[in-house]
Amino acid sequence: MSAKAEIEIIERYCKGCSICVEFCPTKVLEMDAFVVKVANADACIACNQCELRCPDFAIKVHKL
Amino acid sequence: MAKKVALLQGNTACAYGALYAGCNFFGGYPITPSTEVAEVLSEELPKIGGKFIQMEDEIGAMASVIGASLTGQKALTATSGPGVSLKQELIGYACIAETPCVIINVMRGGPSTGMPTGPGQSDVQQAKWGTHGDHPVIALVPASCQEIFSETVRAFNLAEKYRMPVQVLYDEIVGHMRERIEFPEPGELEVIDREAPSCSPEDYKPFDPSNGDVPPLAAFGSEYRFHVTGLNKAADGFPTTKAELVDAEQRRQLRKIDANIADIESYEEYQTDDAEVVIFAYGSTSRSARYAVNELRKEGVKAGLFRPITLWPFPEKRVAELAQQAKAIIVPELNLGQMNLEVERVAKGACEIIGIHRVDGEPINPGQIMAQVKEVV
Amino acid sequence: MAYDYEKHIRAGKLPHIWCPGCGHGIAMKGLIRALDTCGLEKNNTAIVSGIGCASRLPGYMDYNTLHTAHGRAAAFATGVKMSKPEMNVIVVGGDGDGTAIGGNHFIHACRRNIDMTYVILNNYIYGMTGGQFSPCTPTGHKASTTVYGNPDPIFDISKLAIGAGATFVARTTAFHATQIDKLIAEGIKHKGMAIIEVLDDCPTTYGRRNKFRSVVDMMKRLKEIAVPVAAASKMTAEQLEGKVLTGVLYKEDKPEYTEQYAQVIERAKGA
Ligand SMILES: Cc1ncc(C[n+]2csc(CCOP(=O)(O)OP(=O)(O)O)c2C)c(N)n1
Ligand code: SF4
Ligand code: SF4
Ligand code: SF4
Ligand SMILES: [Mg+2]
Repeated sequence: MSAKAEIEIIERYCKGCSICVEFCPTKVLEMDAFVVKVANADACIACNQCELRCPDFAIKVHKL
Repeated sequence: MAKKVALLQGNTACAYGALYAGCNFFGGYPITPSTEVAEVLSEELPKIGGKFIQMEDEIGAMASVIGASLTGQKALTATSGPGVSLKQELIGYACIAETPCVIINVMRGGPSTGMPTGPGQSDVQQAKWGTHGDHPVIALVPASCQEIFSETVRAFNLAEKYRMPVQVLYDEIVGHMRERIEFPEPGELEVIDREAPSCSPEDYKPFDPSNGDVPPLAAFGSEYRFHVTGLNKAADGFPTTKAELVDAEQRRQLRKIDANIADIESYEEYQTDDAEVVIFAYGSTSRSARYAVNELRKEGVKAGLFRPITLWPFPEKRVAELAQQAKAIIVPELNLGQMNLEVERVAKGACEIIGIHRVDGEPINPGQIMAQVKEVV
Repeated sequence: MAYDYEKHIRAGKLPHIWCPGCGHGIAMKGLIRALDTCGLEKNNTAIVSGIGCASRLPGYMDYNTLHTAHGRAAAFATGVKMSKPEMNVIVVGGDGDGTAIGGNHFIHACRRNIDMTYVILNNYIYGMTGGQFSPCTPTGHKASTTVYGNPDPIFDISKLAIGAGATFVARTTAFHATQIDKLIAEGIKHKGMAIIEVLDDCPTTYGRRNKFRSVVDMMKRLKEIAVPVAAASKMTAEQLEGKVLTGVLYKEDKPEYTEQYAQVIERAKGA
């Protein structure tokens, strides 16, 4: 399976709330020392849930 | 051409003075003895496309006035003691956000509901100290209907020129008294509008001190977009807690007054040149004092009247000089001792300061003042 | 393309001050998308707030922004709108700001049906001051000033707005992110007072005291309690126990205040 989107994380803005991790349907994201990181890029289905729910403008979904 | 004259009540004169100054927004809440200001403006403002709104309370009224001013309007509110107490919160906001506006306080007795229909002069210290924090204050105290007209115009001018709220205080007696008024022709009295920014919108900083202590104020809805807050702020209008910025901002605001005393100060002296006893009186009380001076002079008593028209900033320099010259300064006021404290502070013991105080809803009559003067000389 | 939120945000203002997981950020994104949908011109739009965490929102927005005093936003906004009826006026604030100290201004702005869009972020608590109970803290819940459980009944903000005369009233939650912008956009397009209540979360001062293990738990609760109005009509009272209705709760066409005042001006000029 190949990634449907490129996930950009603006680490400076991320406050590590883990909302994006929880609501990603395909478990693309993971917490790493209170900042989110892309752990499983290929699984991304470009659903935009993470970008939509991030309270901190810290995650952007660039559709491929 | 003969000037237009009319027999007007003080409150009506105030409303027409506001219109002369270009007032185009009034936000208020009814309260005796100020209500006529609102009534007249509710009728007159829409005729010129201006706006009148009766808000849900005095806090809301003050808020609407500040909101209106930020869109570039010349905004007014009018109230009395209990209403002024409510407005204090947002008078402070207008101070920190440097928003021009005029607040009319037709004074009655207090505290609380007090005597709604009786005169008072008990808000004169509140005008200076009523809201929390350090901030500049301008308060004007006209004593006749004609002067209410012209001082309301001057209040708008000072508000616009120095970007701050200006209060006009007069007591119920002057507010409800009818006197002959001569309407100044357009252009006869100076009318000042706030300075608009000349920089490009991208460079605009609403509190930029680099070109003087009164930064130009843009209007919401123009091409300038800006932020306004009641928090301590930096030149760009955004909150800051940086010690040196907060300190500089607060001191700049006080400088608007301190560096312009000559422009803001206004008082009248009557027979003070050789006066041995000076009566310091303002508002309706100054009318009794003037009568007393005339009577005393007939009896050979060297009495004089000092009448502040700008009450705050306090005319410190001149009052200090008079304290050097006179045996005593008599301070009649419709309160239990307010401006006498300021006179004492400024006189620094150079002469005796004697207050005449009354809060029973009755005016101070000339006889009372004359008796006190005679006791001194 | 990712959504371009930055185009509405003042340069250099992010990251914002809100705590990790605070729902106010989600609501702010919804507001931005709504402003975009409606294509409001920045110079011609004012965003007004009171005091509180929610009320810090306008400071980030590249519009005319007015951060006023606690509870007074609706009254300041009324002055702006009366003066320049051609401007779009948006109010943003918290549950405490809007319904406790600002309750009087709130209901009277609703009553006048003055054309503005009031987005009220209801996180059930006074967040900014550390979690004292607000008029929206559920009875029995814990706040820093109700350690034995809150004895106060609550305000239902939307019902309050309808009762007071607002002509567009809608509710959603921070979980229902896409509904936030749809409802705000509808509110902006509505002529008259539009109230959009967004139930959101304050993990820091409310969640912690009320046994939510995480902000994700709070989000899940918002998901569970929300029932769209259409669905609710087919549900029994029992099924609706503990639920809140979401969507457009009320809409009515009534004369708008600044238009009414324009007629006053016409009459005065004609007189
Ligand atoms: C006149 C006044 N009283 C009290 C306060 C203190 N205060 C600041 S914010 C706030 C509560 C804010 O709660 P809410 O409006 O619900 O916003 P939130 O912080 O929850 O987003 C209070 C009580 C104040 N700033 N001004
Ligand atoms: S776009 Fe959807 S699938 Fe991709 S990371 Fe975000 S939430 Fe997960
Ligand atoms: S939702 Fe945003 S702030 Fe929270 S962890 Fe994900 S990227 Fe970070
Ligand atoms: S205290 Fe609560 S409302 Fe305030 S920023 Fe933190 S989470 Fe948000
Ligand atoms: Mg709250």
